[in-house]
Amino acid sequence: VAFLKRHASALVFLALLVAFPLVVGNPYYQNLMIMVLMWVAIGSGWNIIAGYTGQVSFGDAAFFGTGAYVAGLLAFKLGVSPWWGLALGPLFAVLIAFPFGWICFRLRGAYFALATLALNEVMRHIATIWESLTNGMVGITITQTFVSKIPYYYIALAIAVLSIVSVQLLERSKWGYYFVTIREDQDAAESLGIDTHYYKMISLCIAAALTGVAGALYMNYMGFIDPREVFSLHDISIMAILVGIVGGVSTVYGPAVGAFIMVAVSELFRTGGFGVLDHIAETSGLAWIQVLTDYIKEAHVLGFGILVIVVILFLPNGVVGDWHILKRRVFGDKLEAA
Amino acid sequence: MDMLTQALVDGLLTGGLYALIGMGMTLIMGVMGIINLAHGQMMVVAMYVTFVLFHYLGIDPYITLFISMPSLFLLGIFVQRFLLNPLMKVESILPENQVLMTVGIGMVLTEIMRFIFSSNYQTVRTSYSDLTWFIGDISLGAPFVFAFLMAALLTVLLFLFLIKTDLGRSIRAVAQDKEAAQLMGIDSEKIKVITMGLGAALVAAAGTMLMPVYYLYPDMGGAFTRKAFVVTILGGLGSTVGAILGGITLGLAESLGSTYIGQAYDDMVGLIMFILVLLFLPGGFKRLTKV
Repeated sequence: VAFLKRHASALVFLALLVAFPLVVGNPYYQNLMIMVLMWVAIGSGWNIIAGYTGQVSFGDAAFFGTGAYVAGLLAFKLGVSPWWGLALGPLFAVLIAFPFGWICFRLRGAYFALATLALNEVMRHIATIWESLTNGMVGITITQTFVSKIPYYYIALAIAVLSIVSVQLLERSKWGYYFVTIREDQDAAESLGIDTHYYKMISLCIAAALTGVAGALYMNYMGFIDPREVFSLHDISIMAILVGIVGGVSTVYGPAVGAFIMVAVSELFRTGGFGVLDHIAETSGLAWIQVLTDYIKEAHVLGFGILVIVVILFLPNGVVGDWHILKRRVFGDKLEAA
Repeated sequence: MDMLTQALVDGLLTGGLYALIGMGMTLIMGVMGIINLAHGQMMVVAMYVTFVLFHYLGIDPYITLFISMPSLFLLGIFVQRFLLNPLMKVESILPENQVLMTVGIGMVLTEIMRFIFSSNYQTVRTSYSDLTWFIGDISLGAPFVFAFLMAALLTVLLFLFLIKTDLGRSIRAVAQDKEAAQLMGIDSEKIKVITMGLGAALVAAAGTMLMPVYYLYPDMGGAFTRKAFVVTILGGLGSTVGAILGGITLGLAESLGSTYIGQAYDDMVGLIMFILVLLFLPGGFKRLTKV
C-alpha cells in the first residue's frame, strides 16, 4: 500500500497509457505515441550517462543505429526473427560502447562529448561503406510482424516503463550516487576511492543498452532503415539531447516529459502546425502564407537549434527540474495570494 | 617515390589551413575552457560571405578576406556577448551547457545558410583556381600555396599579437589563471568576447582561402568542426604551437590516407589518429615541445 501511495500519480498515468490505444483508434496518434515511448527509452539512456554521470554524449545515434542494424541484419541475413534484436541489439551496442568508453573516458567534459560525436560519424561511415554487410545507402527492408500498431504500442510501452524503472532504481542505488559524485567533482570522487573510469563505463554501457533496445524496436516497427536515418546526428543524437534537457536532466520523469514535448514539436514543424497553416493558406488564398508554410515544414532542424539555445538560457534544468520556477512564473499571483 | 613526395607536399599545404582552423579553436579553448562546436559552421558562414561578394559584386576572393574576417569577428563577439557569457550566471546541473549552446548555435547557422542559399553546391571559380606550378614532377596548386602562405602570415601575426601587445598579454593571462588576471584588473568577460571574435576571424580566413579550390554547401561545417577538434587534441589542449603541429600532422595523414588507402576513408584517418594519440600520447604534442 505504501508503494501504491508513493507512486500514485505515476501509476494513474501508466493506466491512462495502457488504455490509450483502446480509446484512440486513429493510427496517426498511435504512431506518435509509439514514437514518444521510444524516445522515453532513448532519453532515459542519455539521462543516465549525461544527466546523472555528467558525461555529455553527442553520439546516441551510434548505439541506436547499432541496435537497429542488429535487428535488421538478423532478419535480412540470417532469416531469424528481428525481435531477437531486442536482446542482441543492446548487447552489440554495449560491445561498441565498451572499447569506446575504455579509450575515450580519458577525455573529460567537452572533449568526451566530441569523441562521442566522432563515434557517431564513424558508425555512419561504416554502415555506408561496408556494403556487403549493411547494403550501404540502399538500407535494409524487412517485413513487419504486425499490421496493427497496437502490439508495437504495448512493446514500446513496456520498454519505456522498463527504462523509467531502471532509472528510478539506479537513482537510489550505490551506483547512482557514484554517478552523481562523478558529475559533481570527478577528482573528489577519485580521492574518495571511487574508480571513476569503471563507473563511467558502467553508466555508458547502461545508456548504450537502453538506446540499443530502442533502436531494435525502431527497426521492427518501421521495417526500413538506412545509415542516414538511424545514424543521423540531428534526428537522433541531438534529438536525444533535447529530450533530456527539455524534460530535465537527472530527473526520473524528465525524459518522459521531454519525449512528449519534442515529438509534438517536431511533428508541429513537419506538418506545418498540424495542417493549420495549410488550411489558412488555402482559405485566405495568400501566396506568401503558402511559401511560409513550405519553409516551416523544412525548418525543424532550425527549430531544434533555437530550442537548444532558448532552453539552455532560460530553462537550464528542463521542465521537470525547473518546475517550481515555471509554476511561479505562470501561476505567480495565485500562489502569493494563497 | 614521386607519389609519396606529392602526397607529402599536398598534405603540408592543407595542413597549413588546418592549423589556422585549429588555432582559432585552441585559442577559444584556452581562454574559455570550452570547445566551440560551432567552429566549422562559422567557417561556412565566412565562405558564404566570400561567395556572395564574388558572385554578385565580382570581388576577388582574396580581397574579400578584408570583409569576411571582420564580419566573422563581429559574429563571434555577438555569440559570446549575448549567448555564452549570460550562461555564466545560469545555474544548471548539466556541466556542459556552454558546449551544448555552441551546438545549438552551429545548427542555427547551418540552417540559416540553407534557408538563404539552399543545399546546392556552390563554387567560386577564379582564373587561378586551376593554376599549378611544377617543381620537377611535383605539382603545386597555386591557391593551396597562397593559402599556406596566408596561414603562415596570420600565425606569425597572431604570435606577435599575443606576445607583444597588452591585449595579447591579457588574453594569455586569462588563459593561464582567470582569477589572478581579474585581480590584476583585467576584465575577463571582455577578454572572452574578444577571443571568441579572434577565433572566429581566424577560421574565417581559413574558409576564405579555401574558397577558390573547394565547393561549398551548408552542411560542410560539421566535418570541419571535427577536423579542428582532432587538430586541438593532436596538438594538446590550449596550445597554439601544438595546433600548428597538429594541423600539419592531420593534413599529412589525410593526404597519405587518401593516396594509399582510398578517398572514402579520409574522414576515418583523422579519427584513427585521434585514438592513437589518446592511447600513446595523451596530452598531444604539447607534451613533447613543452610550449
